[in-house]
Amino acid sequence: MIATLHIHSYQMMGMDSSIGSMGSLVDTLLLMLSYTFLQRALIVGLLVSICSSLLGVSMVLKRFAMIGDGLAHVGFGSLAVATAFNAAPLAVSLPVTVIAAFVLLRLSESGRIKGDAAIALVSASAVAIGVFVISMTTGMNTDVDNYLFGSILALRQSDVVLSVVLCVIVLAAFILLYNRIYAVTFDETFARAIGVRTSVYTTLLAILTALTIVVGMRMVGALLISSLIIFPALSSMNISKRFKSVTILAAGISVTCYLVGVIVSFVYGTPAGATIVLVNLAIFIICWFIRLLNTRVRSRG
Amino acid sequence: MVPIISCKNVSFSYEGKTVVADVDFAIEQGDYLCVVGENGSGKSTLIKGIIGLKQAAAGRIERAEGLNRTAIGYLPQQSLIQRSFPTSVMEIVLSGRLGSKRFISFYTKNDRVIAARVLEKLGLLELASSSFGELSGGQQQRVLLARALAASPDKLKLLILDEPMNGLDPHIKQELYEVIKRLNEDGLTIIMATHDVNTAVSYASKMLLLDEKQEFFGTAHDFQHTGLGRELMRDSCGGHCAICGLAVDEP
Repeated sequence: MIATLHIHSYQMMGMDSSIGSMGSLVDTLLLMLSYTFLQRALIVGLLVSICSSLLGVSMVLKRFAMIGDGLAHVGFGSLAVATAFNAAPLAVSLPVTVIAAFVLLRLSESGRIKGDAAIALVSASAVAIGVFVISMTTGMNTDVDNYLFGSILALRQSDVVLSVVLCVIVLAAFILLYNRIYAVTFDETFARAIGVRTSVYTTLLAILTALTIVVGMRMVGALLISSLIIFPALSSMNISKRFKSVTILAAGISVTCYLVGVIVSFVYGTPAGATIVLVNLAIFIICWFIRLLNTRVRSRG
Repeated sequence: MVPIISCKNVSFSYEGKTVVADVDFAIEQGDYLCVVGENGSGKSTLIKGIIGLKQAAAGRIERAEGLNRTAIGYLPQQSLIQRSFPTSVMEIVLSGRLGSKRFISFYTKNDRVIAARVLEKLGLLELASSSFGELSGGQQQRVLLARALAASPDKLKLLILDEPMNGLDPHIKQELYEVIKRLNEDGLTIIMATHDVNTAVSYASKMLLLDEKQEFFGTAHDFQHTGLGRELMRDSCGGHCAICGLAVDEP
């Protein structure tokens, strides 16, 4: 149903989804770039891919991957509530998700309740609130569907601005604070002992992840956005054993998967979010095999 | 002689519950103190207190003048996360240099020279670009030791180790003990938490036994001949003192 919805939307905008497959790759790209909404999708998508992969390396290594998933659900809940009350989606969703990032981080760090169980509770509750409010007001419509599964058609000029700002912040934080982020990720106790204020850095990571998720989920959907954080990090960890190269490689993989995903989605009329995630899955499997081969070769040598 | 660290009636608690109480001891420059006790006896908590990561609920911890953060090297308990962490040995050792740096900072050539020197001292230089996860348990601990030493190799006075021997094979343990012994002979004061009492007594100059409170503090020799220490030794070491060779039941 979602797929037909997408094909339908492409065709509504005057495109035949089979055109691309006949031309060369360059022609396809040129054709894609002639559509304003695809220009936006490429800019926003590439920037979000860079952010999500950089943040993902630390989140995965710190065992915070579930926080990303929880934040996506909170993001969905808040977008749904905003839609129901005709409020500006981002104005509601950004602050709510950032606050959720604080809460989820504390939950997963405190030993009192099982952190992962607590995150699951928050996730489910947020989705339930969103669905409940929507059914009481507007009913399940295309907007809500877009939030769940994403739509590159839904991106506006404001998303482009927001993703540029976000990407500049994330890149600046990563380059300027790289050594400290590394220290906090590898060994929080040691980092604290040598005077690094570790809670500042974990909170910064959580907030930036929240922002990335809100911007990214409108494109690939709340159900799929956390995979953009997790997949590139996991894939690159199979291949590289150094933090710096894992980080750079994750960004490279993320950007490549996004581009390939969008092109495939354009050519075959498949939903963009799901296609991007499936490309990520394929790359992950390839990376996993490469690691298997590497360990085989090494154990023989 | 002025003590380098002294704890005066210190207790620690988590959420109002006392974990360890009445810790009262002092050590001097050049001492080698082993903090022993069962799991949950408060060893790690005391170590965190001495480092400054945990506030004492009561009492006072006094540090000698000039014993600031850069004069203390720290090797925390290894976490599971680290064993499979994708990182090179050099990246880890360099991160030890962050303590003396400002908010936004990059490693300089000097940092790399210091890191290389420390790695060479611990016989790890050829592993500098190796992946941490592919090293043996003993090599991993030596890398983390190198990180602690890299903080300020010239000003370092005190080295604090939290269960560095956990999960190591006996002969690897022995090697690590020898490395630490050499550092101690070079003038570094050592505080090590361990539950490996048997080996600890033959390397330490002083022993501190914790069991939710301080059970014993004194020389390694006296430890083996008194109270709980004597019982521990009688059970495990054939009852002979590692220092004087006499049966522990004799004074």
